[in-house]
Amino acid sequence: MLYREVGQYHASYRTDTAIFPIRQDRVGMLVILAVAFIIVPVFGNSFLLDVVAIPFLIYALATIGLNLLTGYTGLLSLGTGGLMGIGAYTCYKLATWFPGVDIIVWILAGGVTAAAIGALFGVPSLRIKGFYLLVATLAAQFFLQWAFERVPWLYNNNVSGDIEVPTRTLLGLPVTGPNATPATRYEVTLCIVVVLTVLASHLVHSRVGRSWMAVRDMDIAAELIGIPLLPTKLLSFAVSSYISGVAGAMLVFLWYGSAEASVFSIDLSFTILFMTIIGGLGSLLGSFLGAALIHMLPIALRNVLPGIGLDLRPATVEHLNLMIVGALIIFFLVVEPLGLARLWQTIKQKLRVWPFPY
Amino acid sequence: MDLLYLIFVDPFVQMGQAPDLLVQTLWDGLVSGVLYALIALGFVLIYKASGVFNFAQGIMVVFAALTLVGLYAAGIPALPALALTVVIMLALAVAIERLVLRPLLNRPDIVLFMATFGLTYFLIGFGQLLFGGETKQMITRQLHLPQGAIDLHILDGLVTLQKIDIAAAVIASVMVASLAFVFQYTRIGRALRAVADSHRAALSVGISLNQIWVIVWFAAGVVALATGIMWGARSEVSFALEVVALKALPVLILGGFTSIPGAIVGGLIIGLSEKLFELYWGPLIGGGTEAWFAYVVALIVLLFRPHGLFGEVIIERI
Repeated sequence: MLYREVGQYHASYRTDTAIFPIRQDRVGMLVILAVAFIIVPVFGNSFLLDVVAIPFLIYALATIGLNLLTGYTGLLSLGTGGLMGIGAYTCYKLATWFPGVDIIVWILAGGVTAAAIGALFGVPSLRIKGFYLLVATLAAQFFLQWAFERVPWLYNNNVSGDIEVPTRTLLGLPVTGPNATPATRYEVTLCIVVVLTVLASHLVHSRVGRSWMAVRDMDIAAELIGIPLLPTKLLSFAVSSYISGVAGAMLVFLWYGSAEASVFSIDLSFTILFMTIIGGLGSLLGSFLGAALIHMLPIALRNVLPGIGLDLRPATVEHLNLMIVGALIIFFLVVEPLGLARLWQTIKQKLRVWPFPY
Repeated sequence: MDLLYLIFVDPFVQMGQAPDLLVQTLWDGLVSGVLYALIALGFVLIYKASGVFNFAQGIMVVFAALTLVGLYAAGIPALPALALTVVIMLALAVAIERLVLRPLLNRPDIVLFMATFGLTYFLIGFGQLLFGGETKQMITRQLHLPQGAIDLHILDGLVTLQKIDIAAAVIASVMVASLAFVFQYTRIGRALRAVADSHRAALSVGISLNQIWVIVWFAAGVVALATGIMWGARSEVSFALEVVALKALPVLILGGFTSIPGAIVGGLIIGLSEKLFELYWGPLIGGGTEAWFAYVVALIVLLFRPHGLFGEVIIERI
């Protein structure tokens, strides 16, 4: 009843194959966008923006990147952290070489190198599958992290070995660096994430996306129906790495402010893989849900646990946090192995027939 | 030309000039290879018997070692503490089977894989909650493990062999031999292999899946305890060990996921080659190559043999 689609007729293929064919979805999307673009930055304090919203968006973008590879093309990867690092370091080098150019250009350009390197490490994927591919991507991850530490040219020979974000402006407003307000950084992050999400969505609904899914479901069969495997897999690696790279550049420039090599460690790769699988493989909505759950759960626990009268040491809270996150991951896998995105579909179905059982 | 000389000639000249250093490096590589192989063994056990890639093996090593040290610190003598730790690993295996594996029966591999991630997080939190996050000393002396070193004067030089390393190599060999024997010749071993081939077919001939899983996870727990003691005796017991456990992945790749001898050979190859590379070629590119060398070796091997050196070739049909 709440989710009625009765009376919404699709008179053309165009409306039938639209991304949001149902009116409620379209309205809901507009409401969410309005809240995200206007309400959150106006009413949110710097804690909400800096600790919750900006990291959530950046993680969601990185998760979308990995989801294109793992969820849509079926190729496991643990190299996301390294590729995000490539994006960040490229953006940093470009921004120091060409200080006059808009920083947004360099954040988006940062992904290009990541795409090239991602495609390079994707070459073995034609022969290697499953967990074996996982190790191939681990090689990328550890090699890249080593390079970030050991090649001084990448961090401009700084003494600290960190990359420090310079202040850059967009239309007179500081966007990056210490002078940028959280609201500005949030808006820029949101714009990039929305644009890239729309692009990714169009991509997976297109011929390219369908060929990815064919490869995921069975690559030999896909080859037999005329999908060239190597170009398809490499394209998937490149696009996924591009998005990861942009997310990495945003991580440093719009969130952290400065970063050392250890930021892009294997832990980051694991976090993103978690978000992808908990959210739901092969679902863009799932990427957002997964990122929201994994990122916000510890924050919520940190604030809730002391709040309900349990007086614990901060270290104990951290440990409980890990335990609860671990237990919840198992719980979600038991209850809904297809991820949060499937959970949402189930809820939608329930709402559609409510208050009748079927 | 200079670079070519540095890459292809100079390292071998160095090896010839200081043969004792070479032997020492080979020995160190061999020992770390044995330890990688021990971790990999835990992975292979579980993979062979349940088709689950158990990411939590690394943290199980840490958890077992911490439990042992923690129990000793709580006033229990060393050998009873060891026995009690084994019991705790059994309890852990039963708990994992009940709470994680049984509800996830017949789910895709990736889901089980993710569940072991959840398990990892849980055990990290649990271990730190019980025993604290700081590093601890392994109770080497109390467990009657040999200490000290043997100095060999060979090749006009000095080669130092730590006694604990020799013990580690012996214990690893015994464990591998007995596990290989159990897998190949006993009733339980046959049941384990049947379960690995097909859960459903094994159930249909009356093998209790739940029982097998408990046995396998318990065996992996005991292997983890042995690894933890050895590794802890060489350095110290800390959560950093968990990252070392990732090194088991390239070892597995080299050996193939399903082969116990493969895990050993893979471990030795990785241990030896990364030590040699770091000593003779590492300085050319800034050092610290141990972080990634193993993975690159695995990658290169995979390019030529996509199923590892000893793994079963999977034939795909439509």
